[in-house]
Amino acid sequence: MTVKQISVFLENQPGKLAEVAAVLSAQKINLRAISVAEASDFGIARIIVDDVFNAVTILKNENYICSITDVIAVEVQDEPGMLANMIAVLGTEGINIEYMYTILGKKNDVAYMIIRTNDDAQAAKILDAKGFRIVGMDAMK
Amino acid sequence: MKRYFQPEIECASRDEIHKIQSERLVKQVRNVWDNVPMYRKKMEKKGLTPEDIKSVDDLPKLPFIEKDDLRDEYPYGLLARPLSECVRIQSTSGTTGRRVVAFYTQHDIDLWEDCCARAIVAAGGTKEDVCHVSYGYGLFTGGPGLNGGSHKVGCLTLPMSSGNTERQIQFMTDLGSTILCCTPSYAAYLAESIHEKGVRDQIKLKAGIFGAEAWTEEMRHDIEEQLGIKAYDIYGLTEISGPGVAFECEEQTGMHVNEDHFIPEIINPITGEVLPDGEKGELVFTSISKEAFPLMRYRTRDICILSRKKCSCGRTHVKMSKPLGRSDDMLIVKGVNVFPSQIETVLMNQGYPANYQIIVDRVNNSDTIEVQVEMTPEMFSDNLSVVSEKEKELVNGLKAMLGIYAKVKLVAPKSIVRSEGKAVRVIDKRNLYQG
Repeated sequence: MTVKQISVFLENQPGKLAEVAAVLSAQKINLRAISVAEASDFGIARIIVDDVFNAVTILKNENYICSITDVIAVEVQDEPGMLANMIAVLGTEGINIEYMYTILGKKNDVAYMIIRTNDDAQAAKILDAKGFRIVGMDAMK
Repeated sequence: MKRYFQPEIECASRDEIHKIQSERLVKQVRNVWDNVPMYRKKMEKKGLTPEDIKSVDDLPKLPFIEKDDLRDEYPYGLLARPLSECVRIQSTSGTTGRRVVAFYTQHDIDLWEDCCARAIVAAGGTKEDVCHVSYGYGLFTGGPGLNGGSHKVGCLTLPMSSGNTERQIQFMTDLGSTILCCTPSYAAYLAESIHEKGVRDQIKLKAGIFGAEAWTEEMRHDIEEQLGIKAYDIYGLTEISGPGVAFECEEQTGMHVNEDHFIPEIINPITGEVLPDGEKGELVFTSISKEAFPLMRYRTRDICILSRKKCSCGRTHVKMSKPLGRSDDMLIVKGVNVFPSQIETVLMNQGYPANYQIIVDRVNNSDTIEVQVEMTPEMFSDNLSVVSEKEKELVNGLKAMLGIYAKVKLVAPKSIVRSEGKAVRVIDKRNLYQG
């Protein structure tokens, strides 16, 4: 099970990220999470939304370059040590994390970690075997 | 002080020059007719035979040749001598990435170095001088040309080549360099560095010979003031030989063309018609003395004015203005010829769209070039290092094509302005051309 992440190409300039957020909010798309990676002149905004199809359609109509990537979303209890525990499992099994960011759960005491690794299929298998709950798009609505 | 390197020719009467040019031109036309199929074909197409060229007055009858001809005939097509008689190759970039290679016999090297020696003597050079050559050495003609000229004058020659400013300044102070040869932008940078290091009082420079790129009178004034020297302009191009095709004298009001070897003409770049002296147009050269790689009526694409006004220095050779622009889209960046088409070729090869813009600027007296290219879905990834890697690949591709570093900036789609007519591919913020 995976979650669909949208990556958007942005020039590294003031206001560019705000434009993306505004375009999506105008169409009532809920931004669940956002993470920005930047190089010197450009950046990549990685976003999780409730309605992927509509969000991508809108962004493409506005001439944004975006791509969809399947990423793993893991439920983590909002308690000290839980995240450390999960990452340690991946490390021990030789899985390298490329990037990671958080979404707050809608129910209390739960957060989701969005993870992209060098081997997502293997990572999901390992986490599942260790009793971590992998969630899908349903959890993002 | 000796004012001329070869006074008998530099100060020859106009009649004598006319005679020398006519003799050499007639001989050269016969030479290319016999030895270079391309010239024969071009002349036949115009219904010409060598007999039609009786003096320099008949020069306008001859067909032009252009940079594209050089590319088509690459590498040996324009050779007028067997390779076994050639002793040197120099090279410059061509329009579509294929380089222009020029061949020299020992005779050609000698006349080229004589021309550079004339420039050095005109700048006050004698055998007592220490000539500091900071043009690049190698395929680029700047270093080898001035180096050879310096030897001919008998200066103590410092073959510094370009770069390593610390070492340049150290040699300048320790060995008492008196004449500096480099690009004007590098001279300005050196001047600034010398002031920063506080060693202005330890340098003994008296003159500079600066060329290979456009520069303004303001820049000349600044360099002269900062270094306490006289700054002389020099002009040349690899196709014709290299630096020294024309050089400035103490009057500093244009560059004397070495007319005994290179005949200049100014033409209307659209019609090809020869324009009278004093009118602005495209500069065309015919090399009448060269053996290995003679070019007949070669269109330089530089826009200039010729003047035959009597010069106070005593030289009788015609003077050309600084280039006032280009009749094509060539850029000179850090002394290197750059064509937008070369950049386009690299972009196409790497799968980028043809929407790009080239921004040329001068920052701290050094040229910069930035290529802005629109991002495409195919190039994009959620992984930053993948995109950065592609960007790096493009930088490397450009470096391999142009020979210089060009910064790459990936921009958003449709962010480069589309124009109705001709696309604005180049934004040159340097404002180097006057007039």
